[in-house]
Amino acid sequence: MALSLDEVRKIAVLARLQLSPEQEKLFAGQLSSILEYVEQLRELDVSQVEPMTHALAAGDAAPWRADEVAPSLAPDEALANAPAREGTCFKVPRIIE
Amino acid sequence: MTDETVEVLGLSIRELSEKLARREVSSQEVTGAALARIEATDGKLGAFLKVTADRAQAQARASDERRGRGEVRSPLDGVPIGLKDLFVTKGVETTAGSKILAGFIPPYDGTVVERLEQAGAVVLGKLNLDEFAMGSSNENSAFKPCRNPYDLTRTPGGSSGGSAASVAARQVFGALGTDTGGSIRQPAGFCGVVGMKPTYGRVSRYGVIAFASSLDQPGPLARTVEDTALLLSRIAGRDARDMTSSARPVDDYFQSMEAGAEGLRIGVPKEYFQGGAEPGVEKAIQAALSTYEKLGARLVEVSLPHTRYALAAYYLIAPAEASSNLARYDGVRFGLRAKAGGLKEMYGQTRAQGFGPEPTRRIMLGTYALSSGYYDAYYLRAQKVRTLVRRDFDQAFQSCDVLAGPVAPTVAFGIGEKTSDPLQMYLADIFTIPCSLAALPGLSLPSGLHPESKMPVGLQLIGRPFDEATLFRAGRALERELGPLPPPRAV
Repeated sequence: MALSLDEVRKIAVLARLQLSPEQEKLFAGQLSSILEYVEQLRELDVSQVEPMTHALAAGDAAPWRADEVAPSLAPDEALANAPAREGTCFKVPRIIE
Repeated sequence: MTDETVEVLGLSIRELSEKLARREVSSQEVTGAALARIEATDGKLGAFLKVTADRAQAQARASDERRGRGEVRSPLDGVPIGLKDLFVTKGVETTAGSKILAGFIPPYDGTVVERLEQAGAVVLGKLNLDEFAMGSSNENSAFKPCRNPYDLTRTPGGSSGGSAASVAARQVFGALGTDTGGSIRQPAGFCGVVGMKPTYGRVSRYGVIAFASSLDQPGPLARTVEDTALLLSRIAGRDARDMTSSARPVDDYFQSMEAGAEGLRIGVPKEYFQGGAEPGVEKAIQAALSTYEKLGARLVEVSLPHTRYALAAYYLIAPAEASSNLARYDGVRFGLRAKAGGLKEMYGQTRAQGFGPEPTRRIMLGTYALSSGYYDAYYLRAQKVRTLVRRDFDQAFQSCDVLAGPVAPTVAFGIGEKTSDPLQMYLADIFTIPCSLAALPGLSLPSGLHPESKMPVGLQLIGRPFDEATLFRAGRALERELGPLPPPRAV
């Protein structure tokens, strides 16, 4: 299955990746060949098969923890890596004009 | 460096631990020797992204002081180790091998980091990897390549390439890596060391930078089976901060460690021996199987019929999960932020500048596989095939105790050999991925050298869920018979 440049641009918008025209072309080719490879999954009849949605068998899963308040990061620690902050908030570019 | 210090660095963790106990050497001396070896060799090898010398020396001093008071926390007390730079470390830069996280100083330690430090281990630094653990050669590191200590023109494998190379090159005694589709087992095989991907849920993922959450699993690399078990026994077990960490008690791996191969039923999946591996690799693996027979194990032919579909399923499931996990790198709370006008432009430019080609490719692939109209055809179908892959293993384990086969189709390949074709690179994981999809434990261990290239060949042993103990037992039986590999000479 070949991906068109338009499809690549649409995926890039969904993924919030601003690609260059060269990257769009490169990915159109590379993603098409990967998709072609995964096409072989269509050979299998999976109509009666349940999807494996959990990697851990139900019996091995841990019990839910009690819903109790526990210490968490202090605001200054949580904000220490922020590219921009104001007081105890993350600062972002303007959203509404 | 004197011969004596080089000799210390070549010891196993067990041997070093005994030497420390007899006070023949101090942790500060060993740590100093290891740091000097890193200083002398890492310019060529490229295993470390960051060496935390001061912190390591302080930990070594604390270990020696504890020992002086008669307090020893574990056999790892005072032993120098390294961590893949995918584990967050409080106060120490953690990058995941990506520019988007350059300069990120985590405010907390991952669970396995905490547990190793509680056991007294001395952490020398953060080890090189493929960006966000995506890759099979360490060539996707955004910072620098890592090389194979047996041949510097070859890759160490990946994504835990720095971990495997460092252990093999005697810079550290053991290391932690992570495995999503083979990222511990394949580099361990390429570098001639032992690596264990535990059962999914055996080791906490808290504080491991996420790639594909239903597959990611931390695990140890070391030079002997016993050392690998020593490390795993300290990091395994329930952690309330990871809801997928299992409450099952951790087995005592040493109870059956020396029980030998007598009576073991070793399943040989025919799909792993149908010309998929290069002839020299297959020869080394066949020799290991003959050794097992000689030791009293019984070889049983089994079939894993969906093997050839596993890679395709993996390259939908893992990118889909990655596209979701990597959505958090948006320039708001941590990491890189591009200078741009509005919020959307800032997101798009931050991510385009911060992610290298492989994460970008996988985010694109995963976004497509999950997008409206394609979900059923790609992601859901792949999840169903994952069930079929798991059933293959359940069926095979009806007639055997462990499965054996090659870790990878080739020995370590050359730097630059596969970088132009992503699909060729993905095929390097063809034998490790089925075990990952099935959430089973897999042990990679040296099985001699390739007859022509003289590069290490890795044997993969796959076990039943949570049966790491049998893998260690089987691995130890072979190791005892084959003896150690010759150490690498390139560094």
